[in-house]
Amino acid sequence: MVEKQHQHIKLAENSIEKETTTINLGPTHPATHGIFQNIMEIDGERVLKTEMTVGYIHRAFEKIAERRPYSQVTTLTDRLNYCSAPINNMGWHMTVEKLVGLELPPRVDYLRVIIMELARIGDHLICNSVIGVDTGALTPFTYVFQWRERIYDIFESICGSRLTTNMGRIGGFERNFTDETWKKIHDFMDTFPAMLKEFEALLTRNRIFMDRCIGAGPISAERALNWSFTGPNLRASGVDYDVRVAQPYSRYNEFDFKIPVGTTGDTYDRYLVRNLEMWESFSIIQQALEKLKGLDASVFHADAPEFYLPEKADVYSKMEALIYHFKIVMGETDLPPGEVYHAVEGGNGELGYYLVSDGGRTPYRLHFRRPCFIYYQAFNEMVAGGLFSDAVVTLSSINVIAGELDA
Amino acid sequence: MISLATLQEKLQGAYAGLQLVDNRGMMECEIPADKNLDIVSYLHKELGFQFLTDITAVHYPEEQGRELCVVTHLHNLVENTRLRLKAYVPVAQPDIHSLTSVFSGANWMERETYDFFGINFVGHPDLRRILNVDEMDYFPMRKEYQMEDPTRLDKDDAMFGR
Amino acid sequence: MRPVKYNENSKVQLAEIPDGYWGEGFMTTMFDKAIGLARANSMWPLPFATSCCGIEFMATMGASYDLARFGSERMAFTPRQCDMLLVAGTISKKLAPVLRQVYLQMAEPRWVIAIGACASSGGIFDSYSVLQGIDQVIPVDVYVPGCPPRPEGILDGVMKLQEIVKNESLRRRHSDRYKALLNEYGIQ
Repeated sequence: MVEKQHQHIKLAENSIEKETTTINLGPTHPATHGIFQNIMEIDGERVLKTEMTVGYIHRAFEKIAERRPYSQVTTLTDRLNYCSAPINNMGWHMTVEKLVGLELPPRVDYLRVIIMELARIGDHLICNSVIGVDTGALTPFTYVFQWRERIYDIFESICGSRLTTNMGRIGGFERNFTDETWKKIHDFMDTFPAMLKEFEALLTRNRIFMDRCIGAGPISAERALNWSFTGPNLRASGVDYDVRVAQPYSRYNEFDFKIPVGTTGDTYDRYLVRNLEMWESFSIIQQALEKLKGLDASVFHADAPEFYLPEKADVYSKMEALIYHFKIVMGETDLPPGEVYHAVEGGNGELGYYLVSDGGRTPYRLHFRRPCFIYYQAFNEMVAGGLFSDAVVTLSSINVIAGELDA
Repeated sequence: MISLATLQEKLQGAYAGLQLVDNRGMMECEIPADKNLDIVSYLHKELGFQFLTDITAVHYPEEQGRELCVVTHLHNLVENTRLRLKAYVPVAQPDIHSLTSVFSGANWMERETYDFFGINFVGHPDLRRILNVDEMDYFPMRKEYQMEDPTRLDKDDAMFGR
Repeated sequence: MRPVKYNENSKVQLAEIPDGYWGEGFMTTMFDKAIGLARANSMWPLPFATSCCGIEFMATMGASYDLARFGSERMAFTPRQCDMLLVAGTISKKLAPVLRQVYLQMAEPRWVIAIGACASSGGIFDSYSVLQGIDQVIPVDVYVPGCPPRPEGILDGVMKLQEIVKNESLRRRHSDRYKALLNEYGIQ
């Protein structure tokens, strides 16, 4: 129950006239950015308790993945956290590469890092602007979507698709980045800082935004760890756990970046942590572009003909290449049996892939450790006792993406 | 990183008979299903595994008496060590202790595992379906059930190539 | 027709005036046409955005592919005030009753656009929990394929719906054929 003093409630606690209201927030609601339901019991403006119902967009990814060859599972991973789909794709490719034991050339890793950090910037842009929308500030949302369009342009020139990218293959990328892609990336890098500064100028020290967000939905570091929080929500509570630093993948250990942490774990801290992470991602992309300068620009995949499609010229002239091409396209490549757990730092935290293979052409069991699903459990604890409008702002600041919630 | 030998020694001291293996870089241990709460509490309190990464299950229909495997991933953030615990339960009586008394985050993870595999977590405060519809009467991730909706009228097995 | 001098160089496309009889200071046309014109160019959408197509819908609402210039300025999230239900994203069997209820709460005339492959036919998710197309529960007017469709595709769908709305007869909602259609879905 609520420990705070309620000066505004005139009725005594045990008065028979006192009653609470039950409000149904969702499943479809403009404030819930996604499809999940919160049945809230409120007393005036105070939220006493909220009960969450999820599963309204359960698409049975794990069951579908058991029927698909390994390269076709990538399209499912896109639809997990669809705001930053390339991170999910790369995570899946890395999981299979871990199972197979494939080593990638440095250039492929650096290209992956650039793509993943661009996706992370895109995800945080949506989340921060949506916190603004929930406090009534619609302008930053419109500004920011222009920049998401530029990120979409970059993704489209690489893989053909804007949002659900299905980018890359097991062993690298399907084609090399063209000059047009590089031009778009460089244009983005030149103009992004000015936009982000403008966005910050609108919200970060805005008195109304600060009054709405400071103190809304706090959670302490001990409780956050006990609830298995990861990602920006955990870092806003003060714990500096980042999978890119703890278990580096894709040569992240060669990059120099800071991990921003907050103190109280309230909405304002989450907003600031995501904002600073965008600056860090920007710096990582700059470092990656520097590192790419000395490398052979024609390398974009590992040399693994059993998993990565061979060159077409070889397919038409050599027997082994023809067989590998057939097996990969028909999905008949058998992967070695074994179990592997690989985690990447997604937009919302530790996105884990637990893959059990029995030596066949499809996974025997694939489980996604979805950060949204795990930290959304704590929503009741975060908003109970607070005001109703704080609950709405908290809900948008923890960045619950419905695809990742239900899978 | 806690090395495998150190962790094996510490675990053997408390629970004799537990074998740690290294499975592609991650330490893994098979634990008896009735002791899972004890072992996890011990790991949580004494050995610093204070972060629960995930709880899930795998269904092996061929192994009689050990069909459902409850897999728990733990993480020691200070020493940066991951650990995987596997507990096998029979499908006829899939009972195992719930970890919600140690980790609050285990709540929904166990509900999801119950929803998909039917594993009964003893001691869970609110064990009911979470992702599927409440009226569903079977556990869809078990291997005997197919991916498509079995009550469909517009497509049939011939269309699915079966 | 009395010549009116428009701004010759403007790239802004104005809505076409329907055919009619002009006189000094008045114009007569058919009720159907006038109402169709008004409805088509002021469709208020109810975004029922579930998943990835919802993000592409947000991009359509944004400044690059502005949906507001087609008259959809106010995205009211309430069924009572909207005419166009845009279902963008996967609808699972758990959500189907909710979708039906939202549709039932909308006032006539109402139209439905199914955006994306999942809303049209279940998409890539041929699984036990996904509704294979929203036309299993509600009648649909326009289907926009894609996974997700580009914002231009969504705009194309809205424009096709505008054509349907412009040419729709005022008696359609009271006709037997429409009543039979709703009966198929169990809607009174």
